[in-house]
Amino acid sequence: MSGGGSIAGEPPVVAAPPPEHEVGRWSKYALAAGFLAPATVLLTVWIIYPALSTIRRSLYDKSGDNLVWFDNYKNLFTSDQTLNAIKNNALWLLIVPAFVTAIGLIFAVLTERIRWSVAFKTAVFMPMAISAFAAAVIWRVMDQKDPDVGAANAMIRVAHDYVSSPGVLSSAKPSTEDLAGAPSGGLTLQKAVRPGDVALLGLTGVSASEIPADAVQAVKPEPLQGGINGVVWRDFSPGGGTPGKVEPQEVGLPGVTVELLDTGGKKVNSASTDKNGTFAFESVTDGEYRVAIGSKTFAKPFQGVSWLGEKLITPAIMFAYIWIWAGFAMVVIAAGLAAIPRDTLEAARTDGATEWQVFRRITVPLLAPVLSVVFITMLINVLKVFDIVIALAPGSVQDDANVIALDMWRTSFGGISDFGFGSAIAVFLFVLVIPILALNIRRFRREV
Amino acid sequence: MKRQRLYLVGLMLALLLLVGACGGGNDNAGSGTTAAGTTAEANVSGSISVIGVWTGPEQESFQAVIDGFTKEYPDVKVKYTSGGDNIVTVLSTAVEGGNPPDIATVSQPGTMADFVKRGALQPLDFVKDAVTTNFGDSIVTTGSVNGKLYGLLFKAANKSTVWYNVASFKDAGVEAPTTYDDLLAVAKTINASGLPAYSIGGADGWTLTDLFENIYIRTAGAETYDKLAKHEIPWTDQSVKDALAEMAKIVGDTDNVAGGQAGALQTDFPTSVSNVFSATPKAAMVLEGDFVPGVAGDANPLKPETGFNVFPFPEIGSSGKAVVGGGDLVVQFKKSPAADAFIEYLTEPGASEIWAKRGGFSSPNKKVDASVYPDPIQKTTAGAIGAAETFRFDLSDLQPSAFGGTVGQGLFKLFQDFLKTPTDVDGITTKMEAAAAKAFG
Repeated sequence: MSGGGSIAGEPPVVAAPPPEHEVGRWSKYALAAGFLAPATVLLTVWIIYPALSTIRRSLYDKSGDNLVWFDNYKNLFTSDQTLNAIKNNALWLLIVPAFVTAIGLIFAVLTERIRWSVAFKTAVFMPMAISAFAAAVIWRVMDQKDPDVGAANAMIRVAHDYVSSPGVLSSAKPSTEDLAGAPSGGLTLQKAVRPGDVALLGLTGVSASEIPADAVQAVKPEPLQGGINGVVWRDFSPGGGTPGKVEPQEVGLPGVTVELLDTGGKKVNSASTDKNGTFAFESVTDGEYRVAIGSKTFAKPFQGVSWLGEKLITPAIMFAYIWIWAGFAMVVIAAGLAAIPRDTLEAARTDGATEWQVFRRITVPLLAPVLSVVFITMLINVLKVFDIVIALAPGSVQDDANVIALDMWRTSFGGISDFGFGSAIAVFLFVLVIPILALNIRRFRREV
Repeated sequence: MKRQRLYLVGLMLALLLLVGACGGGNDNAGSGTTAAGTTAEANVSGSISVIGVWTGPEQESFQAVIDGFTKEYPDVKVKYTSGGDNIVTVLSTAVEGGNPPDIATVSQPGTMADFVKRGALQPLDFVKDAVTTNFGDSIVTTGSVNGKLYGLLFKAANKSTVWYNVASFKDAGVEAPTTYDDLLAVAKTINASGLPAYSIGGADGWTLTDLFENIYIRTAGAETYDKLAKHEIPWTDQSVKDALAEMAKIVGDTDNVAGGQAGALQTDFPTSVSNVFSATPKAAMVLEGDFVPGVAGDANPLKPETGFNVFPFPEIGSSGKAVVGGGDLVVQFKKSPAADAFIEYLTEPGASEIWAKRGGFSSPNKKVDASVYPDPIQKTTAGAIGAAETFRFDLSDLQPSAFGGTVGQGLFKLFQDFLKTPTDVDGITTKMEAAAAKAFG
């Protein structure tokens, strides 16, 4: 304010005699320099010097003593880890800005029509209020493989169990090689049985908690005249016991469906086991049969999707990132939408355009400047994505989730301490951002 | 008018001074404490910063040790910050920036050697005699680089232990095994009883290197172990392949690993412990060091001996009793009377006993009275360090940190790859050798 006053008092100085005039001009430069100096100093200290220093460092080796010129830059395209980071970053660029813009547009257009749009917008915008690091921590828990811990897998489990409920003996395995087949496809007794035979179907891997409450000591039944009988039991006593033998402390497994198959594998009959694990098929016509336990008994409960495993980690991180930024896109686009002249839309509707045509031919073209702002902002954000990746990806998959900025950090600070190569990656990232920045600056100029 | 311009220039100058002051501030503070400290030995004052690896319950315990120090030296302020997993990054960035803490802990002698090479550490000559008498020659050797003492092994870890859920062993009707073949047989029986035998915290690569080292020191012997540690034999050596084949018998037993291999890769170490230390366990045993009960902490529903118990990592063939140990070395970056006094304090048995009483701690200090350990289990695990026929420091901790001590890289990452495909012994040893050659290069 006082500065303004001094400029207002300028005319007398101009009117002053020549020597005075010289001083006045000099002091004007000084004033200009004075105003520029703080910005110049700050820019030099925090932007220009570090940038030049990084470029210089990138030409030196790990120790910083030997000039290696462009070896670090060659390394960019020969190191598997860095190549993977570049590939992942390319995927990020292709997928994420487009999704964020599209989802933001959809939300913005749809919420325009509903009464409680403010509540909806607030909810969608909420993730912007927390840091990407915190969001990553939240998603790391949500994406856990164990459905008891991870919310994402818990939701899938509900659907999974609705379609196929887990079997009564989900972790059981055959106790001897007499029982063949993988538990997932059902177990069949290898040896053919005839009427009068006793079938022994021993299972292990049944945890104490899986044993039905009404189970009692298993019994090997007496042979049945003209029929086939047997026992399904937990062939395990403390210490292991002898596989294939019904021993004391080994309980029967009640409620298991046992199937009687003919030699062609066709189901002839089925029976359910008793408290002591016994079952019986009475009056069976003479011939060879097989005894089997159906695959349903062994159906595994939902194991959980490895969201944080090597294959799904990048999509999982992208999803979390879109979750954060969709709100930003929505708010910006909604603001643009509010500024669209209503009469154009009304005119189109009056001319008989469908809602889709209005959206496609009127709304989107009019929104194009706003959409491109969102898109370009996201391009820059995605190019330098870092915090969410390092926080969400467990150590074992950081190579698979690698992006350029993370690779730079890991190379420089993550234990390798190769500041030369790290600087080269930083310069490379900077070069990649330049075209997008140039595009953005040109757009700003045009708008002004 | 002129006055106003002067005012403006003054403002600029003030700004410049402010910028300058920010840069120089720390030096002033540093010299200040030194000047105050040299006045009298008994009247040590000042403040020291300590960055340590300990978090959670371990941080609380170390804070109790610090409180013991400040009781003796009320004029010294000790500020402890936890560097956690990223302590190597934190410290090397601090050193690169010229502003390290006064005292720090490192878990790897290799990291310590790196810092010595960079000239960042102060030698601990002034406590060498105390360390020799209280801790013994092997600890002096462990903390020395080129014959000079730089690190004090304050907290040791016996990594050759296996922790198990007593109820699960009882359900399966098995006893703690004494040989490796026994261990594998016991695991099979536990699996038959309906519970996976092993809980593996594969999300943290170091749990896997620990397992490998325990097998390697037994199958290859201490001398070969030393050679591999110094990279005098390549990782493609037959001894490595043999040990990996033994390791595959455990990590490759998919049904017998809680969550299978894919689940194990996402199980961090604390979870691998709580999998076993639970009333409804997800696995019967966890193959890790003596710090396991400390990590289980307050959430542990089981009582020692009746709920959970421990047995030494069994012998393989005629390997004899061997202990692979780890530990945290206290190192000094800045010399000051307060920092010296703190290091001296840590060499006293009293300092170690404070933590030993709280549990989850094995002191390599021979003068520490075994009766202070809170339960018989810890008396056993801590005592085993001295009783072992062979004691060796954790091999991965002896490697350059890029190869042996960095999350998601080097050995940590490669052993995670091995956990994924335990059949590919040749492929993984080739990759290990390539990574080792690069790091040692």
